[in-house]
Amino acid sequence: MSRILIIGEHDGRGLNQSTARCVACAAAIDPASIEIVILGSSTSGVASEAAALTGVTGVLTVTAAADSPALAAVLAPQIAALAGEYDYVLAPSTTFGKDLLPRVAALLGVPQLSDVMSVLGPRTFQRPIYAGNALVTIEVPAGIKVVATVRGASFKPVGNGAGAPIRPVEVSAPLPTHTRFIELRSGKTDRPDLQTARLVVSGGRGVGSAENFALLYKFAERISAAVGASRAAVDAGFVPNDMQVGQTGKIIAPELYMAFGISGAIQHLTGIKDAGTIVAVNKDGDAPIFEIADIGLVGDLFEIIPEIEKRLR
Amino acid sequence: MQKIIVCLKRVVDYNVRIRVKPDGSGVVTEGLKMSINPFDEIALEEALRLREKGQAQEVVAITIGPEDAQQQLRTALAMGADRAILVQTSAELEPLAAARVLHQIVSREQPGLVLLGKQAIDDDCNQTGQMLAALWDRPQATFASKLELNGTVATVTREVDAGLEVIEVDLPAVVTSDLRLNEPRYVKLPDIMKAKRKIIEVLAIESLGVNITPVLRVTRYETPPVRSKGGMVKSVDELVSALRDRGLLV
Repeated sequence: MSRILIIGEHDGRGLNQSTARCVACAAAIDPASIEIVILGSSTSGVASEAAALTGVTGVLTVTAAADSPALAAVLAPQIAALAGEYDYVLAPSTTFGKDLLPRVAALLGVPQLSDVMSVLGPRTFQRPIYAGNALVTIEVPAGIKVVATVRGASFKPVGNGAGAPIRPVEVSAPLPTHTRFIELRSGKTDRPDLQTARLVVSGGRGVGSAENFALLYKFAERISAAVGASRAAVDAGFVPNDMQVGQTGKIIAPELYMAFGISGAIQHLTGIKDAGTIVAVNKDGDAPIFEIADIGLVGDLFEIIPEIEKRLR
Repeated sequence: MQKIIVCLKRVVDYNVRIRVKPDGSGVVTEGLKMSINPFDEIALEEALRLREKGQAQEVVAITIGPEDAQQQLRTALAMGADRAILVQTSAELEPLAAARVLHQIVSREQPGLVLLGKQAIDDDCNQTGQMLAALWDRPQATFASKLELNGTVATVTREVDAGLEVIEVDLPAVVTSDLRLNEPRYVKLPDIMKAKRKIIEVLAIESLGVNITPVLRVTRYETPPVRSKGGMVKSVDELVSALRDRGLLV
């Protein structure tokens, strides 16, 4: 029976929800065990969160000062050293996992699968190519370690279960000093996190300016939604890059996605395909976003948003 | 630094909508417009700007692909690359095999910096740069939106989920470009003419001694299920009541 190792993503304070989505993917493989490894300068709090996830059979902690903040070049040799006894190594398809896992795979000398969106069999997976315009089914031959990133939007995070044992491990791998963290400039706000929010309000070029985004922030606050944006809005400097939704930004699956002034380039649509309900509001009735919207309304977002707010209870 | 290597991939042009073959054996690429992968074009632009600022002497463009990939190298030369290398093969390489081939070239050329796109817009793998960095045992700075060279180190701003991360890497290093690193220049006609005199070195992939046999088996291609088009509403009242019916707004 197979053993799975998941690389837990965290910021030192909490476990990223993408990890619970990886566990859901791992469970679909139906393995003998699912273990999560947490690497960091302080791991106990995050490890407890990981151990609580349903289906997890064990959590490994590797505690080293060099492991926080996470740098792919530093983590990769440690994970490669740990990977030996596992048949699968999974990581979330977030910027953390995408940066790290190919480096691990190369150290292990095995290919990597990116953005696994469904598990068709223990060694058979489906993933998107061409910005989601085609899907491929890929089989990993027997005897080859499966190294894959997991597309979070395709898997519902597992809940909490009985709790699994936590085991500190020592890893002997030479850690490079050629890569150094300087700073993280975060656009962090009190709004719900874009990748985990139930509701998302999103703006595009049609919003017109950074100042005008205040309208979306206010509306989002009323309905406890996260705020996203199209690439055009980020490129134009209306909002920071961490708000970008789409192929090269965040791929999300909220219950409700409300797109205001977003025309709907294919790369943007790739990022929201898994949303429950898509609402589009755009002045241009021919905007491509209406092709995939569940509910479309042609009109001026600056009039429509206040009108929606008035009707909220 | 003496030299920057830029790795380019020939891909179906960004503006072409691809189709899956009816028998599910692949994607139709015959007869489609081919271009430099847009992320790689950004990487090339960055290399050219560094050279123009006097921070590098030479920019070498490399691709792995069929004979026709010379077209993309000609474009790279017209943009301003000094010379180009085609590692010729008709095979499709997995990212790890591509990284192994690039590692061979990098070992020979000894660049101070390798620049390439964070992903190719055909297979969307986002792996090759990281794998090359691992094989070369050098730093990687992925998803770069800003790159500054200061002597023996590079300071790179990376677009990450949490915002913008700044890291410092010792050179030589591998840097993969994100969309906002720069806006590539347009190629001017005189540059196209001048590029015809520049040299493209062609290497048979077999001469590099790298095993390029794919490990993973791609068994089927299919068109994703399309989200069906919903309905249009005429007013905010209708919109709000539709959302209430679905339990999404109170």
